[in-house]
Amino acid sequence: MLTLTDISKTFYAGTPNEVRALQGVNLKIEQGSFVVVIGTNGSGKSTLLNAVAGAFFVDEGRIELADHDVTRWPEHRRAVHIGRVFQNPFTGTAPNLSIAENLALAERRGQFRGLGWALKRRSIDELREKVKEMGLGMEDRLNNPIGSLSGGQRQSLTLLMAGLRRPDLLLLDEHTAALDPKSADQVIRLTENMIAKNKLTTMMVTHSMQQAASLGDRLIMMVRGQIMFDFQGPAKARLTPESILHKFEEVRRLERLDKPAAEQLRRVYV
Amino acid sequence: MTLLIGSLTMGMILALLAFGVLISFRILAFRDLTVDGSIALGGSVAAALIVNGFSPLAATAIAAVCGGIAGAITGVLATRFRINGLLAGILVMTALYSVNLRVMGRSNIPLMNQKTVLSPIQALAGVDDRLTLGLWTAQTQDLYTLITIVLATIAVAVTLTLYFRTQLGLAMRAAGDNIDMIRALGVDVGWMTTLGLALSNSLVALAGALLVQYQGFADVQMGIGMVVWGFASVIIGESLVRGRNVGLLIGGAIMGSVLFRLLVAIALRGGLNPNDLKLVTALFVLGALVLPDVMARLKSRNVKSRNAASR
Repeated sequence: MLTLTDISKTFYAGTPNEVRALQGVNLKIEQGSFVVVIGTNGSGKSTLLNAVAGAFFVDEGRIELADHDVTRWPEHRRAVHIGRVFQNPFTGTAPNLSIAENLALAERRGQFRGLGWALKRRSIDELREKVKEMGLGMEDRLNNPIGSLSGGQRQSLTLLMAGLRRPDLLLLDEHTAALDPKSADQVIRLTENMIAKNKLTTMMVTHSMQQAASLGDRLIMMVRGQIMFDFQGPAKARLTPESILHKFEEVRRLERLDKPAAEQLRRVYV
Repeated sequence: MTLLIGSLTMGMILALLAFGVLISFRILAFRDLTVDGSIALGGSVAAALIVNGFSPLAATAIAAVCGGIAGAITGVLATRFRINGLLAGILVMTALYSVNLRVMGRSNIPLMNQKTVLSPIQALAGVDDRLTLGLWTAQTQDLYTLITIVLATIAVAVTLTLYFRTQLGLAMRAAGDNIDMIRALGVDVGWMTTLGLALSNSLVALAGALLVQYQGFADVQMGIGMVVWGFASVIIGESLVRGRNVGLLIGGAIMGSVLFRLLVAIALRGGLNPNDLKLVTALFVLGALVLPDVMARLKSRNVKSRNAASR
């Protein structure tokens, strides 16, 4: 489904601010897999997601998505295959457009946009059904501008929009981090339902150990622009928030050592 | 009465300019200064073609297309070459000044004795025909001209409103509202901006083409300050309609343009030196931009002091 081969990205190369955000990442994600990505700040987890989404081109390596080599595809072209929800609840929706208009835009994600009506009565009815299914009581406010909604509501709608036209890959970038606990729970529940119902291939970056332990069928931990741990199947199922925290401790200990020693330890422990 | 009809006609022609500014400044959130150049381009092209024997209708259409090309160039400069949008507009506007001189071959072209798009309508009445409406008497020709322009502007307004309800038009609005969102939904924002600027400047050039045919001459200086003029109309329109609905904003732009033109006519009649017109316009726009903010600040200060007093 998604194959990353040896991708690297360095920001501000050759300056004192040089950041080697991705250092030869290899990752293969199977169809229908739900991968949780964790890591410390600056470990490159969001960069990894952005590399897949096409926010920038990688310096080295190949990105294959749904049988296409998308390495040199610009962001908007990759959108044919990718649905996204961002950390900032305001990023995913257009505030001055109505709920219905936002949904209509998402309905044609990656498709040609011509002079056909954006909102047809039939499609509005369908959209209303989908909004109703979310159970947030927004189905009667389809003509209100999205800017009048709360962050949680906007994020729920962004999620709905990302999945409206079934994406080959769903990218969630800490999409509950900016929400209050109650809204975050709600959005996570919607996320789980949507992914399970449509069997979506998903990559989700999160800071929450709780989410990392309870969601998904695979967990990868990024450290210094590389994938440090990769738990799949039963190993992932056994993870608890505590055991993940423990892994972070381990990483911190490793980071105090110099590089060759760390490499050796890694070989022994992982 | 002649003054009133004249200002109404001018206001309705310049409403097309206001539509263009509405699209670039408000819908695309792109501060496009090409406008000053493209309105004169529209006028120059239309005038040059008419004196060279083109049919006025074809000349007007070609003028609009030329304006579209000018807007597209600004769009390409800003999106593909990543030049600051303001600067891209200034570059094209500056270049257009020379282009316009080239197109006309001199700095102005009179169209007094030429056939224009308005000639067939004006020919429906004699030169000296008068029409009496209650207390007022008006020249029939002027009235016919006004009606034609009103119908044409309304037709453009309706078309635009419908356009912004299509998939393409909605994507264009979204591109001005939230770039990240619309890019993630598969829209090439650079292309959308370029297309929007082309649309905007073709409307501006159309305004220029109609303007020269209405006033009977084209002048290379006619574009100076026009972007501020269009912006003033948009601001007045917004305060009149209140709302984010595109149809309302477009309707507001018409009202704003006509109202502004009337205000100008009254001011000129009341003794305003025409040389001061641009200064007054600029001050007016400045006031319109700053006042709401000042009012809000005064209001919050009042609320604060009242809260302080009640404590």
